[in-house]
Amino acid sequence: MSISLPTPHIAHLTEDDYEHIYEPAEDSFILLDALEIDAQLIRNEKPTMCVEIGSGSGIASTFLSQLIGPDSGLVLSIDINRYACEATQKTAQANQITLNPILCNLLGPLTERLQQSKIDILLFNPPYVPTDMLELTDTQELKDIGGAWAGGNDGMVITDVILDQLPELLSPTGKMYLVTVDQNKPLEIIERMQAKGLICKEIIKRRAGRELLSVLRISRTAY
Amino acid sequence: MVRLITHNMLACHVKNCTKDNFPLAFSEVELVIRPAPENLDFIQRFLPKLDWSALVDTARSLGDETLPEQMPEQWSEDQLKALHHVLMEMHVEEGNMTCRGCGHVYPISNGIPNMLLAEHEVGR
Repeated sequence: MSISLPTPHIAHLTEDDYEHIYEPAEDSFILLDALEIDAQLIRNEKPTMCVEIGSGSGIASTFLSQLIGPDSGLVLSIDINRYACEATQKTAQANQITLNPILCNLLGPLTERLQQSKIDILLFNPPYVPTDMLELTDTQELKDIGGAWAGGNDGMVITDVILDQLPELLSPTGKMYLVTVDQNKPLEIIERMQAKGLICKEIIKRRAGRELLSVLRISRTAY
Repeated sequence: MVRLITHNMLACHVKNCTKDNFPLAFSEVELVIRPAPENLDFIQRFLPKLDWSALVDTARSLGDETLPEQMPEQWSEDQLKALHHVLMEMHVEEGNMTCRGCGHVYPISNGIPNMLLAEHEVGR
């Protein structure tokens, strides 16, 4: 049975905000749709420790918080961009929930505490656009909107940092939801994760303009 | 805002800083208490994720003495309510978090902790 959840309110974000943060687009919405597909599964497992890397507008963190119940789980929302942390805070308020924005690069200060298999849900809509390495390092350095898409070789440079850590991060029922495009070679990601002893499955796929988007679910157990 | 539930997950991540890098010590804090709906079932399920002694020390440093030194094996409802208050209702809006190992200061402003490091401080 499928569960239908409302899309979070984001009307408080303005054109000025979108000068500095990524405006929710098809890749954001496919992540929400993936969570909706798994909504019953996620609720049954009662996740308590949820993390989103690169929360941007805060739309996915808000959606996840509403899915699990706003007082039933901790959602930590990380972004390297201060404007994004502020936007995430505002989006939480506009939707009457509590999020916990943290300004940092990837898992940084959380790594030590979370790597003892503590994460129940990890969301990552990474900078997945293939670019040259210079564009990637420049945009990460600037900590502004460009960091939301420039992904280096195969668009996988940032994503790989997290995938390499994943076996230490996920709890026994832990799941990561990762947005990818065709150029990221999702089939290779699936094989690589399986080689690490994790289960990786494409749970939704669709074309949006020039991009062939999908969401991979990476978990310890099969569903 | 930085609630104590979030603070319990943050360690100093400066390159080569591995001793006394957790928990970070609060100073010059603006503490705000905001009532939050109680979900004691969630609080109980979250216990395995907590570092208890870090939480007790931090709560005491902010003037809350309600948590017992050792994590209880059997929880009373009152104890869970006290823990709910410490984890979910104590918000640090402004202030600093300082590493007791290397002295690095992470500022909190407008409720957002700035955990970014300069290029030369990054470990990996």
